[in-house]
Amino acid sequence: MSDTSTQGIRRPDLSDGRIRRRYAAERRFRFYGMFAVGLAIAMLAVLLVSVCSKGYSAFYRTEIGLDVVLDPAVITPDGKKDADTLANADYQGLVKDTLKNAFPEVTSRADRKLLYALVSNGAGDTIRQAVLSDPSVIGSTKRFWVVAADDIDMLKKGFIKRDVAEAERVVPDSQISWFDKLAANNQIKTTFNSTFLSAGDSREPEQAGVLGALMGSIFTMLVTVLLALPLGVMSAIYLEEFAPKNRLTEIIEVNINNLAAVPSIVFGLLGLAVLLGVFGLPRSAPLVGGMVLALMTLPTIIIATRAALKAVPPSIREAAYGIGASSLQVVTHHVLPLATPGIMTGAIIGLARALGESAPLLMIGMVAFIVDVPHGPTDPATVLPVQIYLWADSPERAFVEKTSAGIMVLLAFLISMNAIAIFVRRRFERRW
Amino acid sequence: MNAISPSLAKMHGRKVTVHYGPKQALFDVDLDVPERMVTALIGPSGCGKSTFLRCLNRMNDVIDGCKVGGEITLDGQDIYDQKLDVVMLRARIGMVFQKPNPFPKSIYDNVAYGPRIHGMAGTKGELDEIVRSSLEKAGLWNEVKERLDQPGTGLSGGQQQRLCIARAIAVSPEVILMDEPCSALDPIATAKIEELIDELRENFTIVIVTHSMQQAARVSQKTAFFHLGHLIEWGDTEQIFTSPKDERTQGYITGRFG
Repeated sequence: MSDTSTQGIRRPDLSDGRIRRRYAAERRFRFYGMFAVGLAIAMLAVLLVSVCSKGYSAFYRTEIGLDVVLDPAVITPDGKKDADTLANADYQGLVKDTLKNAFPEVTSRADRKLLYALVSNGAGDTIRQAVLSDPSVIGSTKRFWVVAADDIDMLKKGFIKRDVAEAERVVPDSQISWFDKLAANNQIKTTFNSTFLSAGDSREPEQAGVLGALMGSIFTMLVTVLLALPLGVMSAIYLEEFAPKNRLTEIIEVNINNLAAVPSIVFGLLGLAVLLGVFGLPRSAPLVGGMVLALMTLPTIIIATRAALKAVPPSIREAAYGIGASSLQVVTHHVLPLATPGIMTGAIIGLARALGESAPLLMIGMVAFIVDVPHGPTDPATVLPVQIYLWADSPERAFVEKTSAGIMVLLAFLISMNAIAIFVRRRFERRW
Repeated sequence: MNAISPSLAKMHGRKVTVHYGPKQALFDVDLDVPERMVTALIGPSGCGKSTFLRCLNRMNDVIDGCKVGGEITLDGQDIYDQKLDVVMLRARIGMVFQKPNPFPKSIYDNVAYGPRIHGMAGTKGELDEIVRSSLEKAGLWNEVKERLDQPGTGLSGGQQQRLCIARAIAVSPEVILMDEPCSALDPIATAKIEELIDELRENFTIVIVTHSMQQAARVSQKTAFFHLGHLIEWGDTEQIFTSPKDERTQGYITGRFG
């Protein structure tokens, strides 16, 4: 009898084994997720730690204290104290004289050259500034803290090892002994490296700064944002809200999606051929770089904006239409504000990619060695990723820390840019 | 069919047809909407009653591939006339939807939005007055007067729907279309809305689509029964519910199908 009842009705299998297996599967699944998140965080931590630990030392530098005799015979040879004379005096010579007098035992030409190489060849600038700001100091003896040469800086920071055989070491024994003597006299100190944040690039590591590239990046991103965001949002709104759905708009849509997948260097070639070649825009300029990156970012922003517009519930549109709002009012008063968080997310992704891009900018000459800090979007400039590449490619040991420090500046820029976007997104975030 | 005199009818529909792409949704519907009365549109799902309602304020324009034929007039004027401005039409014919859909803005801004875009208030004081009287008419004022700056989406479902009604009447429309306004609400909220509809009848012409025959019987004076895209029968509510002429109407209201 029991046969018929069990055969007729199939009941769910409620055995303990099944429940245990289900629980185990859920636990496993959760573990996979946690593992993936943990791995991602660990990778990020490794990256940040390695960059920061290599780069933080670029933010301080070694200075050498020298009691410089501000000899009027050198600074004002013809007795006139006009600005031109003061600006062009041989201050580097004063520094060299001071070193020569401090180490009278150094006599040979070759040794003297090594001795002078203890200080940066920009050391005279420190004195020039002091004299220019107060010409009355001429004739007195003052202690100046001048920037040490990059190799001495590396020695002080411990990146150039003393226990390496002299032949394989950049800093010879003689320089080390002079350095030690200066250190013993408290003539060596470490200070914050303001040059790094206030100067443009230089062949001399101790004089090289990131400001030129930073300003280049800022101008480039400014041009990119001003072009890509309005253009992208407007095209997305038109395509999504107003354009008729037909063959033509379908083709446009497919092409926009394809454009998002085009390798970035192709956009650089386009900029080179069209913007520089046909329109004759200035080479190496953030204006052109920004235009190229805007082209690259446009599809990302259009796609993200269209997705954000699609996600606005149709009930909101209907409600607005129902009261008699025009299509434009529906979009600007209701749909766009509700889509803004999504648009901002797309903009962040697109612009972050543009900020880190170097390949297309190489094509339009933003890889040139540029010492001056740009003052506008048409000045020649380079950008942070290209600057990082240039430094990474330089042979001097001191550029290693500059490379990592450049990455730190780039990351800081990225974070502040994202912070702005997140702030905008928060302001518009609403629930319905 | 008991045709009413044209002077009493606010809106006329003549041979109204609707196509969604290749599919025809409405077949030659002739229906008059009398002024200051509640007209209920009933019928089983997919019968075309909502489609007809959306023709009355041209909400179907927004839908791709939707074609409306025939003639619909408001006060004798063809609303599908090329020269007629659809925005002005919708200001005269308000709409309340099935699911409460307040804007994600404050209660005040929800009601004030219509008057603002139509330039109905010159000063803040006038706007405040419109908001207040609209909320009063919608029976919501006492519940929300302390929190006009709170988001409208934070209200309960029934309150949200009354807010939507307040939003619709704020622009002083002549006709209010309601597309199953109570289908997402509980019985108490439904009762309040029905009471409200009865009060609004004094000032507005109302067309309501409803799935509930009891609701149609309770709130409407005229009832139209749709079936498979055809208007089967329409007339006084009492007559439709007590002595329907068509056996399909009979079958639907007695619950044999639908």
